[in-house]
Amino acid sequence: MSDQSAVVGTVTEVFPDWFSPDSRPGYAGYIVPSERMREAAGYLKNRKHFDMLTSVTSADYFPEDRIEMVYHFRRSTGGEPLRIKCFLSRVESQIDSLVDVFPGAELQEREVWDLMGVRFTGHPDLRRILTWEGFAGHPLRKDWKEPFFEDEIKPYKSRWPEGKFIRAEEKNPLGDNLCFPPGFDPESWVPDKDEILYKSMTRVAKAGEDGMDSDTIIVNLGPQHPSTHGVFRMVARLDGETVVDLKPVMGYLHRNHEKIGERNTFLGNMPFTDRLDYICSMSNNFAYALAVEKLLNIAPPERAEYIRVIMAELTRIVNHLVANGFLMNDLGAFFTPVLYSLEEREFILDFFEAASGSRMMCNYYRFGGVVRDLDENMMSMLKAILERLPRKMDELEKYLIGSEIVRIRSEGVGILTPEAAIANSATGPLLRASGVPYDLRRADPYSIYDRFDFDVCVRYHGDIYDRFMLRIDEIRQSIRILKQAVRDMPSGPVLTGKPQYQVRVPAGEAYGRVEGPKGELGFYLVSNGKTNPARYHVRAPTFINLTSLAGMSRGNKVADVVTILGSIDIVLGEVDR
Amino acid sequence: MYGLGILKGLSVTLKHFILTFVDDAKRGKGRYRSPQGIAYKQSTELSGLFTVEYPEEKLPVPEEFRYIPFLVYEEEDGEKKLRCTSCGICSKVCPPQCIYIVRTVDPETGKPVPTPAEFCIDVDICMNCGLCAEYCPFDAIKMDHDYEIASFDRMKHHVFDISRLAKPVSYYASIRPKNYKTEEDARAAKAAAKQGTASA
Repeated sequence: MSDQSAVVGTVTEVFPDWFSPDSRPGYAGYIVPSERMREAAGYLKNRKHFDMLTSVTSADYFPEDRIEMVYHFRRSTGGEPLRIKCFLSRVESQIDSLVDVFPGAELQEREVWDLMGVRFTGHPDLRRILTWEGFAGHPLRKDWKEPFFEDEIKPYKSRWPEGKFIRAEEKNPLGDNLCFPPGFDPESWVPDKDEILYKSMTRVAKAGEDGMDSDTIIVNLGPQHPSTHGVFRMVARLDGETVVDLKPVMGYLHRNHEKIGERNTFLGNMPFTDRLDYICSMSNNFAYALAVEKLLNIAPPERAEYIRVIMAELTRIVNHLVANGFLMNDLGAFFTPVLYSLEEREFILDFFEAASGSRMMCNYYRFGGVVRDLDENMMSMLKAILERLPRKMDELEKYLIGSEIVRIRSEGVGILTPEAAIANSATGPLLRASGVPYDLRRADPYSIYDRFDFDVCVRYHGDIYDRFMLRIDEIRQSIRILKQAVRDMPSGPVLTGKPQYQVRVPAGEAYGRVEGPKGELGFYLVSNGKTNPARYHVRAPTFINLTSLAGMSRGNKVADVVTILGSIDIVLGEVDR
Repeated sequence: MYGLGILKGLSVTLKHFILTFVDDAKRGKGRYRSPQGIAYKQSTELSGLFTVEYPEEKLPVPEEFRYIPFLVYEEEDGEKKLRCTSCGICSKVCPPQCIYIVRTVDPETGKPVPTPAEFCIDVDICMNCGLCAEYCPFDAIKMDHDYEIASFDRMKHHVFDISRLAKPVSYYASIRPKNYKTEEDARAAKAAAKQGTASA
C-alpha cells in the first residue's frame, strides 16, 4: 500500500469529504462516505484507471453498530490493490450498488447481501445466492448462531478436561435448532421462487423468419449433471438451440466456510483452506499463510520460500492438467485425455503425499514457513518429474491441438473480450486468454517470484481454444520456474520461530493473495488481537469468474455452454464455500 | 488434409495401446501384483498401463502419510503405559474439535493425574490434518497408516476410544522409522544433558 497516497492524494485535495485515510493502527486504505461510494468508484475507474474491482466484501464489527464494506480496486496494468471502506449501520445497512460501474460486482454484492444482509440499491437481481430462500437471517453477522452452536470460538471448553463424548445430534435433536424467517412455513412452502428467476431473464419474443411466433424455453442444466463439474446449475433461456440468456445458480455445496473460519483459531483454518479448491490445496494454503504473515509481520526463511514456490507451481501444473483434461471430456473426448493428464498428475500427487502426508488435502504451509523439509530423495523425485513432464506435454499437445474436432468446437466459441473480462473482474487464465497480460506474480509480486525468469502467458482471441492453449503454455512456464527453483534452492531452516499451536495475531487487517491456478485467490482477514480471526473472507477466483459466464454463453448453442463452463474451470468447493 | 489432425492424435492413443503390450512382454509377470511392479508404476520411467488394481495391488504409503490418529503406549513389564499425559493440547489444536479427553483425577487428593481417563476421537469428524500429532509435546499421539477402516454402522464403530486408539511403540516405529529415530535421538540427547547437569 505504498503508492496509494500518491494516487488518492490529489483526490483528497479536490474532494476532501470523499476520501479520508483509514488511520486505525493495523488498518490501511481509505474511508469513503457510503452515499459517495458509487461516485468515488466511478472516479477511480475513469480518472485514476483503477479498472478492476477485484473484491467486494464486508466485515461486521458487532457489538459496535458498524458494518464495513471493503472494496479492493486494482489496475489491470499492475500494482497493489487500493482498499476503500464504507461504514454502514447494522440496522439499516444499505449502500448503492456498483454493478453499473463495475459489472464484476454482481455476484459479489449478492453474496454480501446473502451472508451479511447489506442491501444494494440499484442492483439488478438482488437475491440470495449461496443460501436458500427459507434461510433465516444473514449468517456472517456476529450475532447469528448456527444449529449445533456450541461456543463463539474454538477450542470448545467441553472437549477438555471433562471431555465426555456426546454426539452433536443427541445434544440438539433435529428440529429444535432449525429456524425460519418470520412467516415462513416449511410444510406449506412451495418452491415457487424459480419463477422470479425465470422472469428475471430477458424475455425475447420474436417472430421467426416465416412470420410465425416462436417462444423461448427455459432449460435447467444441472445441478445433478456431470457436465457441470459438481453441483452447479445453469438456467438457460433458449431460442431453438441458441442461448438467449443464462443465469448461474449456486450454493448447493455451501457450508459457510467463512463463518467456520471465524470460529476457528488462525492455525485451525489452515486445513480448512485445503477444502476450498480441493484440486490445488497448496496454493490455498499459500494465500492464507501470506495473509496471516502480513498480520504477524514475519517472513519465512529462504529455503521455505523456495519450497513454497515449488509447491505452488506444481499445484498449477496439476490444476491445468485436470482442467484441460476435463475440458476435453466436455468436448466429447471421453476420458482418454483426462486419463493421460491424470497419469502425470499422479506423480505430482505422490510427491505431495511424501512431502505433506496427503495427496490432496496437503495442509503443508505454516505461518512463517512450511511444516517439514524436503530431503534428498524427494528432490531427486522432483527432478525426475520435471524431466518427464515436458516430454509428456509435447505428447499431449500432439494428441489434441491438431484435432479438427477440438478446433472446430473451441475456436471462436465463448468469446470474452478484454474489456468485458476486466469489467467482470475476471482473473487467471480466463483474463489472460482474453489478451490481458495480467498475472499477479508479475503485476503485484509476492514471495520470491521476482527472482525467477518466466513469461506471463497471454493469448488474444478469448475463446475456449485460447484458454486451453494458455493452460498448456502456463504449464511450460511453471516447469521453467520449477527448474530454476530446484537449481537455486538454498539449505537452511524451513520455519521461523518455534512451532506454536496458538498464534496470537496483532489487531489489524490484511489481504493476502496469490496468483492461484484459477485466478486471484485472496484472503481478507481482520484480527482483533485474539486467537481467532474476527473476519475471514475468501476471494474465490472461480466464483467471480462465473460473472462472465452469461455474457460468454449468449448467442452460442446449448451444447457449447457446457464447454464454456468447462473452460472457466470451476471447482464447486470454492465457488460455494 | 481434413482429418489429418485427428489421425495424428489417434496415433498417440495407438502408441499408448501398443506400449502397454510391449511393456507387458518386456517386464513379464512381475509387472502386476508384485512389489517391483508397484515400484515401477510409481517411477517416472513408466510407460503403458498405469492402473493400480486395488485391492489386489496397493500403493505403498510414504512415511509422512497421515490418517486417523492413534495413541502410542509403551510396554513396561507387560503393562501398557500410554505416553499421553492428558494435557489437552491435541484437543485444543484440533480444527474440527473431534478429540474428547477426560483427565484422571486422583480420588483421594482430587488432583489431576497425568494420564487420560477417557480419550475419544470422533472419526467421522476428524479431517486427518495431523495437527494433533504435530503439536503433541510428548509424541503421544501420532497419525496412522491404516486407511481401511470402513464399517457398517457409524453409530457403533466411528467413535474410537482408548482401546481402539492405543497402539504400541513398536508399531509406531515400524510405520514411521525415520521420525521414530529422530525423536528417540532427541530424547536420548535431552536425557544425557539432564544427567550431565545433575552430575555437575
